[in-house]
Parts: sequence; C-alpha cells; structure tokens
Amino acid sequence: MIVVNGESAELEPGETLASVLAGLGLTAQARGVAVAVDGEVVPRARWETFALAEDAHVEVLTAMQGG
Amino acid sequence: MGVVPEPTGIAATGQRNGAPPDAAPSAGEDALTIAGRTLRSRLLLGTGGFPSLELMAAAIAASGSELVTVALRRVGVDGSRSPQGSLIDVLADAGVELLPNTAGCRTARDAVLTAKLAREAFATDWIKLEVIGDEDTLLPDAPELLRAAEELVDEGFVVLPYTTDDPVLARRLVDVGCQAVMPLGSPIGSGMGVRNPYNISLIREAVDVPVVLDAGVGTASDATIAMELGCDAVMAASAISRAQDPVRMARAMRAAVEAGREARLAGRIPKRRYATASTPEAGTPDFD
Repeated sequence: MIVVNGESAELEPGETLASVLAGLGLTAQARGVAVAVDGEVVPRARWETFALAEDAHVEVLTAMQGG
Repeated sequence: MGVVPEPTGIAATGQRNGAPPDAAPSAGEDALTIAGRTLRSRLLLGTGGFPSLELMAAAIAASGSELVTVALRRVGVDGSRSPQGSLIDVLADAGVELLPNTAGCRTARDAVLTAKLAREAFATDWIKLEVIGDEDTLLPDAPELLRAAEELVDEGFVVLPYTTDDPVLARRLVDVGCQAVMPLGSPIGSGMGVRNPYNISLIREAVDVPVVLDAGVGTASDATIAMELGCDAVMAASAISRAQDPVRMARAMRAAVEAGREARLAGRIPKRRYATASTPEAGTPDFD
C-alpha cells in the first residue's frame, strides 16, 4: 500500500510515480504541480523513472488561492 | 508650544521630523526593488478569499499589483480548479509574477519542504515564508521562522519572511540573508490595521532591505498609514478579496498606497500641541 494525498492505494508491481500521477489526470506537462515522496521533492524530470517503495507516502500539490 | 512626542512621526534612519526621510526620486520613477527585481507597484496582492477567479483577475487588474501570492495544496481539493480554468492559468493571463507562500506550515521542516515544492511547481526562487505558531492569532513562530529562513537562504531562495512586528527579529532575519521583511500590522485577516506604529517605524530603521507591511490591513487608510510609517510596500489579501466590492477596494488600496508613499517622501509636518497660524499676522485690519 502507498498513500497518495492522504488516501491509501494499491501499488502495482513496477509502478512509477508517473503512472500514479496519470491516475490523478496529471502528465509531465502539468503546470504548477510539484510532488514529494517521503518528504523529499521529486523533480519533474524524474517522475517517469521514479520507482515507488511499498510504503511510499506521496504528496501531489498544486497552486491554490492563498496568502 | 513644543513639538508633541510622536513616535509615528519619526523619520527613517538617523533623521527626525522635518527632514525629508528618503531621497526624492524623479517623478514616475519611484520603483521598488526587491532582490534585484523592480516593481512599479508597491501593493502586493494575496489571492486568497476571492469568491471567484474572475473577480480575482479583475481585482488584480484594478490594484495594479505585479506580485501576487499563491499557496500550495493537494491536487483535487476544491479550489485547485474552477470553471474559469486553473488558478495558474488565470494568473499567467493577468501578467503578474507569483510569490508562493508556505501558508499552513507549523515547523521549519515543513516550511522548507513546501518552499522547495513551490520552486519546483512555479519555477521561482522567491518564497513568502510563513511559519505559524498559534492557532487563534496565526502569529509567526519566531525560532522556527528564523531557522527556516536561514536554511532557505542557504538553498538559494529569495526569502521574504512574514514576521512579528519585532525590530530585533527583523534584523536577525536580514542577518541570515532575507531580502525583505514582512512584519504584520495585526493578525492575518483581522482588519485591525497597524496596531503598533512605533514598532513598524523601528523596523524601518533597523533593516536596510524593503519592509512590506503584511497582514492586518482592513481598509485603505491602514495601507496609507503603513506607507507613511516608511514601509516600502503593503501586502493586502482579505481586505480586498473579502470586501463587499473587491474590485473597488483594490482600486482604493492602490490609491492609498500611492498616497502614503507620496506623503512619506514629502515629509510631514511635526505634530504640535497648539495651533500654528497658516495665515500671516501682518496686514490684519483693525475694525475698532
């Protein structure tokens, strides 16, 4: 199981960060999006190849009105 | 008939009432520079609290602001998209620069990570650093704020910290490399204006980076007072976005900031206990 934005999800074997993001409707071209896995930023260029661990904690963030 | 002691009338570093506090710029060239970036508008706008993105865009245009704040939140939460398109697209169309914030962070660790994510998301090194230490007042947590500021400066960020109106903390923040300080006038969203004008004027004297009054502005006169105290800019969010007519309030804030800036540069008269006639005595007729 991994956790994506607070929701538990099954991790398919060999699943990358890019495929998890695709599940949220996000491609590598998505504007104003950033991702942290286990408290570390994963740069956009690494989304395609970033392999998720079995208990990965993924936060997918975007712009929100504020401040 | 002495001059009444008036802390808020004390001018910038080393100067007292009567002397023009700042070098007078040539007309129309009174730009603000933060970390090498030149801004013609001295009003920064927060994007939070607008009922719609359409109204937000109209208020940005009316305000003349060139730098607006955005927050980072989870994808898919209400408000990250809207019928008007994504926030990021609307802001790009408005032609403004983004100032991401770390709103909601309670620790230096969270704020540093949020800043790094903002840099990734918005391709800017600028960060409005907020580390909150109290739920009721949303006042900054000074030790965490300073720690986060130091770390982010080391990581190459241009750090604009939201801070208490404490001149010593402001100086510490500049000592670790912050490129501006953003002291509060009063708690976020309270609309109570500048509660401690004396401290704001002390901060202006204490640091040699831009001072941006952040938080507490409730209406136009609050922004003017901040500028008259020597602030280099004012940030307004709720005061505009939650006004009954946000576009009209944006226009009012723009005029208020300009008026306060002009008054500051003009050099106000000292406050006196008794009247000083503005019409000369000489030539007064005698009707007896």
